[in-house]
Amino acid sequence: MSTMDITVTVNGEQRQASVEPRMLLVHFLRDELELTGTHVGCDTSQCGACTVHLDGHAVKSCTLFAVQADGREVLTIEGIGAVGELHPLQTGFWEEHGLQCGFCTPGMIMSSAELLRTNPNPSEDQIRHALEGNFCRCTGYHNIVRAVQHAAGAMAAGAQPQSSAADD
Amino acid sequence: MTELPDSNYKEPTSPQKFMGKAIKRVEDPRFLTGTGHYTDDINLHGQLHAAMLRSPYAHAKIGAIDASAALAVKGVRAVLTGQDLADAGVGSIPTGWLLPDLKVPPHPAIAHGEVNYVGDIVAVVIADTRAIAEDAVALIDVDLQPLPAVSLGSQALADGAVEVHPEAPGNVAFQWQIGDKDATDAHFAQADRVVTLKLRNHRLVPNAIEPRASLAQYQAAGDEYTLWTTSQNPHIHRLLLAAFVLGIPENKLRVISPDVGGGFGSKIFQYPEEVIVLFAAKRLKRPVKWSARRSEAFVTDMQGRDHESEAELALMNDGRMMGLRVKTIANLGAYLTTFAPAVPTYLYGTLLNGVYKFPAIHAEVTGVFTNTVPVDAYRGAGRPEATYLLERIVSKAAAELGLDASEIRRRNFIQPDEFPYQTPVALVYDSGNYEPALDKALGMVNYTQLRQEQAEGRRTGQKYIGIGFSTYLEACGLAPSALVGQLGAQAGQWESAVVRVMPTGKVEVLTGSHSHGQGHETTFAQIVAEELQIPMEDVSIIHGDTGKMPFGWGTYGSRSAAVGGSALKMALGKVKAKATKIAAHLLEAAPEDVEQVDGSFRVKGVPEGGKSFFDVALMAHLAHNFPEGMEPGLEEQYMYDPKNFVYPFGTHIAVVEVDADTGKVKLRQYVAVDDCGPIINPMIAEGQVHGGIAQGYGQAVLEETVYDEDGNLLSGTFMEYAMPRAEDMVQIQVGHTVTPSPHNPLGVKGIGEAGTISSTAAVANAVVDALEAFGIHHLDMPYTPEKVWRAIQDARKSQPQAADD
Ligand code: FES
Ligand code: FES
Repeated sequence: MSTMDITVTVNGEQRQASVEPRMLLVHFLRDELELTGTHVGCDTSQCGACTVHLDGHAVKSCTLFAVQADGREVLTIEGIGAVGELHPLQTGFWEEHGLQCGFCTPGMIMSSAELLRTNPNPSEDQIRHALEGNFCRCTGYHNIVRAVQHAAGAMAAGAQPQSSAADD
Repeated sequence: MTELPDSNYKEPTSPQKFMGKAIKRVEDPRFLTGTGHYTDDINLHGQLHAAMLRSPYAHAKIGAIDASAALAVKGVRAVLTGQDLADAGVGSIPTGWLLPDLKVPPHPAIAHGEVNYVGDIVAVVIADTRAIAEDAVALIDVDLQPLPAVSLGSQALADGAVEVHPEAPGNVAFQWQIGDKDATDAHFAQADRVVTLKLRNHRLVPNAIEPRASLAQYQAAGDEYTLWTTSQNPHIHRLLLAAFVLGIPENKLRVISPDVGGGFGSKIFQYPEEVIVLFAAKRLKRPVKWSARRSEAFVTDMQGRDHESEAELALMNDGRMMGLRVKTIANLGAYLTTFAPAVPTYLYGTLLNGVYKFPAIHAEVTGVFTNTVPVDAYRGAGRPEATYLLERIVSKAAAELGLDASEIRRRNFIQPDEFPYQTPVALVYDSGNYEPALDKALGMVNYTQLRQEQAEGRRTGQKYIGIGFSTYLEACGLAPSALVGQLGAQAGQWESAVVRVMPTGKVEVLTGSHSHGQGHETTFAQIVAEELQIPMEDVSIIHGDTGKMPFGWGTYGSRSAAVGGSALKMALGKVKAKATKIAAHLLEAAPEDVEQVDGSFRVKGVPEGGKSFFDVALMAHLAHNFPEGMEPGLEEQYMYDPKNFVYPFGTHIAVVEVDADTGKVKLRQYVAVDDCGPIINPMIAEGQVHGGIAQGYGQAVLEETVYDEDGNLLSGTFMEYAMPRAEDMVQIQVGHTVTPSPHNPLGVKGIGEAGTISSTAAVANAVVDALEAFGIHHLDMPYTPEKVWRAIQDARKSQPQAADD
């Protein structure tokens, strides 16, 4: 099958590749760029495990082709924060035990980041609503809601996301 | 199981507390930053990819297979069929639990001759990329001649039903019973009344969010295999693959389960894909990987539950329970898998006693083959089915007797001074104290006020609140090996731990337990830090690799803390004993005169001049001037075989509101009071409870695996199979009581399955309690809006004034 050349800015870094037009963004991230923090839970846009940001908006990377990201910016869990410089959401999930197996966690964090960007002080109902597209089979969501609240509180109190993306 | 083990539980006395503290999980940073390593994240140089051609029919004869078009595709390396495996002498996937007269039809990894469910593997393509492999699957030309199929257990038992396997006439895999039939009949004859209930415990798909995946590597030099796979118990996989299926020498196969994204039982079992990638890796001399699509997970991950039951409860008019009779048809699906025969029998029938004082019980279970995905253990495994049946019929009895649902339970509880308690269905409960949990839950839910609100809402016809109870008990901490051996298990159920102290005083623990979300790297480190009085940072917990740990049986059945944790505690005891000896030598004192205070060893009553844990660890390795006969090093191992199951219990109360106009059930409040003995890390224990409740709630209200009569799976994606989402759940109120288990050294019971075991019954009882307003006394799950709405409509038609009172 023929390929297309694309240039995508991923976590602040320009990446070039030649990909089949049918390659999904999630497989581009995982297989071509070896950014395996973005997970595949369903490949049908239901579970949210593959959520990343495209030009600042949360999207399910199993719903887009890699070629659709050509010339655009992608932020993945690896770009939102790292050990020693965790994003307040990563801290929130840690503090509130918002994860068990951790498989849904990157997607949860990316979706929650979109929520807090548009609504810095969400109610419990708003958090639950915003996470409708993300399954967690482990936590019962109880602590995920608290994790997001924790992060919202920390961010309101001045904690900044310490990610490279936020430093730009 | 008639003997109660002697008590060896002691209150911890060490000064620096790690146990019982809500310590943040040490494993989290890698998951939070996307740097965990799940099987699908691992790639090997030169790896090939496998894609499966799966049967679209529930039952069909396999005719000629023409793979030439697939093989012609560039990048396709091989197409494998059942014939290839048969020619190579690959064995059938075994079942690990044998009941008397059990029928065990062959279960080839790639179907041979016949397919028996939608999803059964017909052929496999191995290619350079996953995309090429998946494309080529569509080019295989197979002559599949559809045969009639059967999907429901009771239909498979009907006269003239299609036969799934010739080895199992009438589709009966086993007929099993427990309890005393005559005694039960006699008690029924004496009872004032009998309450009956017919119910279906419908089938579920486990749906761990990480799909299953396997990657195999073969090295001809040395004839060595490595398998990375999504497993809850890598040693069991190694044993089954080596000894029963592929005939690989067990010491030549290393099975690694790295980070695993949830299991809930579905990753315990031996699956065909693991056989296939290992076989293909050797044949093609390249690593071979397979990762499930979610659509494959729906038709291949072992499914759960699927009982059709009839129950009768004999009572006196004061609510006293006199006896229980149960008949259950358990749908086992197309093949017997690893633990399948155990689930609807020893994990179900023996749990039908619950927390009540039954003079007699009799239960009969018929295990049935159908043309559906195999059924095996799913979170709780048998115990949720027992709890659902028992707690539903007890609530129904309360309604019929006009007794409060909490009161009928209280009147029948086994009392705290009656332990050890022998039930009429084989188990001996270790310890329990059921009323405090009930009282605590009633207080937390504000029961009196809630009942008033319910009455008021019914009176005005404005609001239909339902309050549902589940005073559950589970048997976990699987299990005494001798006992399960008598019952048919082809497995031991002990657990291993190695504590390896390094020269610098850092500690590595190798455990046969496996963590796939349960937080063992934290809780097991808490046990070590507490025992040795060293910082948690000095401890690392290693699991999930047969190349590293001694044999272990893995994690399922809420066994990790009670069995794996106890093994660790015992190994730590040996480490401490040896460390004390070394310290005594260094201190020039007798070992009996040396004590450990705040982590350092000193001569009793002499605060100065003690030896730190580091001093001892270092000297253990230097071994300079060790006394004659003392072995260098500080590493100990313990294989712990429990003396009994452990029996956690509790009371869960669900409060729902049913919208009479739409049939929608909304969860309003959920209170869970659990008693799992002393808790190692309350934050982690509560997390397990939350997640379990969501899964149990999912069964009651949302989830349902639907097959049509031809065995087609109609709920094969997340579009048709409704999973609990954040908006379905509420904040869960969690409480605890603490009744230690008398027979393990930590006193711990299990908590991983409690939420699921209890919540389905609690939510079901809540929904039916709300529907009592319409004269509805039972409704099968799941309580979808349509089903509830129709039930209300029908009830209104037959009793026009019922709900309008
Ligand atoms: S993998 Fe993209 S939503 Fe599930
Ligand atoms: S933590 Fe396991 S799926 Fe969410």
